[in-house]
Amino acid sequence: MKIEFRVNGVQHTVDSYPMARLLDVLREIGLTGTKEGCGEGECGACSVLMDGELVNSCLVPVLQVAGCNVLTVEGLAQNGRLHPLQEAFAQTGGAQCGICTPGMILAAAQLLERYPNPTDEQIRDGLAGNLCRCTGYQKIFDAVRQASAVMAGGS
Amino acid sequence: MFQTVGKPVPRKEGRAKVTGQAKYVDDLSFPGMLHGVTVRSPVARGRIRNIEFTGDLPWDEFTIVTAKDIPGANVVALIVDDQPYLAGEMVNHTEEPVVLLAHRDKHLAEKARQAVRLDIDPLPAIFTIEESLAKEQIIWGADNVLKTFLVEKGDIESVWAEAAHIVEGEYRTGAQEQLYIETNGMIATASPDEGIAVWGSMQCPYYVHKALQKTFPLPPEKIRIIQMETGGGFGGKEEYPSILAGHAALLAWKSGKPVKMIYDRAEDMAATTKRHPSLTRIRTAVSDDGKLLGMDIEFIIDGGAYATLSSVVLSRGTIHAAGPYECPNVRIRSKAVATNAPPHGAFRGFGAPQSIFALERHMNKVARAVGLEPQEIRRRNFLHTRGATATGQVIRETVDLEKLLDRALELSFYDAKMQLFARDNVNSRIKRGIGFASFMHGAGFTGSGERYLQSVAGVEADAQGKIRILVSSTEIGQGTNTILSQIVAETLAIDYDQVNVAQPDTAEVPNSGPTVASRTCMVVGKLVESAAIGLRQTLLKADLLADDYTPAEFAAACAHYIEQFGPLKSFSQYEAPPGIYWDDDAYRGDAYGAFAWAVYVAEVSVDTVTCEIKVEDFVALQEIGRVIHPVLAAGQIEGGVAQGIGYAIFEDVVWNQGRMANAQMTNYIMPTSVDVPSIRVYFEETPYEYGPLGAKGIGELPIDGPAPAILNAIENAIGLPVNEIPLTPEKLMQALAHAEVSAVEASVA
Repeated sequence: MKIEFRVNGVQHTVDSYPMARLLDVLREIGLTGTKEGCGEGECGACSVLMDGELVNSCLVPVLQVAGCNVLTVEGLAQNGRLHPLQEAFAQTGGAQCGICTPGMILAAAQLLERYPNPTDEQIRDGLAGNLCRCTGYQKIFDAVRQASAVMAGGS
Repeated sequence: MFQTVGKPVPRKEGRAKVTGQAKYVDDLSFPGMLHGVTVRSPVARGRIRNIEFTGDLPWDEFTIVTAKDIPGANVVALIVDDQPYLAGEMVNHTEEPVVLLAHRDKHLAEKARQAVRLDIDPLPAIFTIEESLAKEQIIWGADNVLKTFLVEKGDIESVWAEAAHIVEGEYRTGAQEQLYIETNGMIATASPDEGIAVWGSMQCPYYVHKALQKTFPLPPEKIRIIQMETGGGFGGKEEYPSILAGHAALLAWKSGKPVKMIYDRAEDMAATTKRHPSLTRIRTAVSDDGKLLGMDIEFIIDGGAYATLSSVVLSRGTIHAAGPYECPNVRIRSKAVATNAPPHGAFRGFGAPQSIFALERHMNKVARAVGLEPQEIRRRNFLHTRGATATGQVIRETVDLEKLLDRALELSFYDAKMQLFARDNVNSRIKRGIGFASFMHGAGFTGSGERYLQSVAGVEADAQGKIRILVSSTEIGQGTNTILSQIVAETLAIDYDQVNVAQPDTAEVPNSGPTVASRTCMVVGKLVESAAIGLRQTLLKADLLADDYTPAEFAAACAHYIEQFGPLKSFSQYEAPPGIYWDDDAYRGDAYGAFAWAVYVAEVSVDTVTCEIKVEDFVALQEIGRVIHPVLAAGQIEGGVAQGIGYAIFEDVVWNQGRMANAQMTNYIMPTSVDVPSIRVYFEETPYEYGPLGAKGIGELPIDGPAPAILNAIENAIGLPVNEIPLTPEKLMQALAHAEVSAVEASVA
């Protein structure tokens, strides 16, 4: 069936099985920045924002996004300028192998939306659904703090 | 003073990774590509009677590969050629691959996988070290023994009579899943004329290259292996990719089409390698004043069904078993044994985390027996410069373990916390404790390994003076691209931005050896440094460059050289540092070019009702030679410590008849952001003469220390020694219940 939704501000119409995973649909339209880590909603590598809510795209049937706005990692940079979280992850060592990074950055984006100046505990809780095997999370916490400071200064 | 080294320069592929542009294998798609799947044995051991293709499926549309379709030898070439690509007559472990299928429709391929019925006559199987040693079934060779080593120093039999204390202990560690977040994946194209090309997630392109040469009737130059961006490895993508690449290539060979194979998480967890489970028995003789007189160590690992890398894992575990201590009489007897589990394999630390766990738990037991503090027993036995390890390696570098220990205890407020916890624990349900481990990790291949590898690395300049580093060493998140570029930029006195690393492609880069064994920085880094020096020498000799030059003059010299003479490249091949000697037969000598040294301190809390264990604080202090990149180096330590926390208290591979019963992230639990404490990382830097700009290896070290430090802290908290990991809440609860029963029995008696 035909399903219409917006991804990173661009309108898409896909012809798909209603139960196809949003993860696969995104990757099939060429947005391969969204990664599959476990396929069961545990690791968060496939996290995207759906109308501003963080979801595991491996658990979302594409039917459910009809009429929604989806934000993936490809939609974060504006006119070639990286989002402060992307800058921060690159600078602080928050990205090592990079496979959890797109999902982690989107989880962090939602966290900063909710708590622009998060406490350490809020950062830990906010990222608890996104697993990283490389960093031990410390540099990811640094990245979120740095981005929070940059974003506060910019507004 | 350095310009680039020691600075937190931006990670080379950082921007591609944070924008989602970095290309991993599953992000590639080829026209006409098929999707491959693997049909695996449901039983641990048996004889294959029949393969049945059932159900209402268009089987004629499928490419089907079994053992008899393999054009060359049906072995995964590694050390011992005992493992088949596809089981032919016998299966020797659960999840052993038997049939490969490919179809252009991914979903249909998965349906078909489930519709293949393997008719296997089950045979009795063995699943534990004990069953293997008891030879309940002989499943490998004459006696189930994959490999043994004997390390001897002094005369162990001479020590027992005069010892004031004899301390014995038994220690066990479980399997651990590497759990890289990107599962294993490969794409292959293949034809007799064009040869084979494989793109994939891997640590060691030339291992894959070597393996495929035996499987296909092709000359080496017709096999091309290309590493894509790789989403973590930790050893799990050292040897296994040779199997998956072979499978994808077999399907491509038969179908004539590109074939993509991407494991889902359950398959990756159940079928691929894990850390070897281990059993260690230690018997030590100790003098009245706490000096180790003798150490008799038996170290046994479960290798699973085939030999794979178990012999080398065993070797590293054996050599690290006596720890950073000097003892005049040592005997280490070690064994890797076969069971009907999927083969265990490389995982960061490579045998050392197992034997170091045992020894660092044991040292606390020795301390208690002698009546000394854990730190004091270690101070009295630490190795010093000019001291000799268990293999007789005389430490020539400066090593000051006392200083590391004192500083680590100070940074963790060890003494104050000891007192505080002793006071507060009395009336508290939550018991807190602090503990530490002191240890070392050898960098580079063990023994003669680097000499056999004969690794080569190169650098190539273009007419703009930009340098491309030519190595097969892979970037898997640890920072290869960045640190090698820093080393070359520093050596050539040019800007970091002018240096890049070529994508590892066996058609383009020399074999700089596998990306394993904490060798990329120290060994390969040294090779690219030498190659860069060679390139500069070439320009000097051609009179195109003066001794002192600006980056602009360097670029001009490169342009002139290329115009006059053609391509400007320089290569360097490994040579052992002077005075390094290893005897493979006696297993004595210089086991490693250099060791990194460390003391890690863990603080824990234990809820004595729920048995929940939390790591509350962690101090990781190490001496790793020159730190090339402070942020990446700290990132290596933090990531390794988090994996070590998982190894100690979370990550439990549940076995059921040789099969992983919890092959899901839902119930195989790795640490999340709420499970790790603040990990406080500190470096001491003592430049190593034969490392690039003074650097040593770092990658594996941080997985060695956390488990014993945490278990030592737990003992401090609850007063109960537990010598088996993972110590999950369930297992702690059992241990506490058992201790209570024992206490009641003792009081009744």
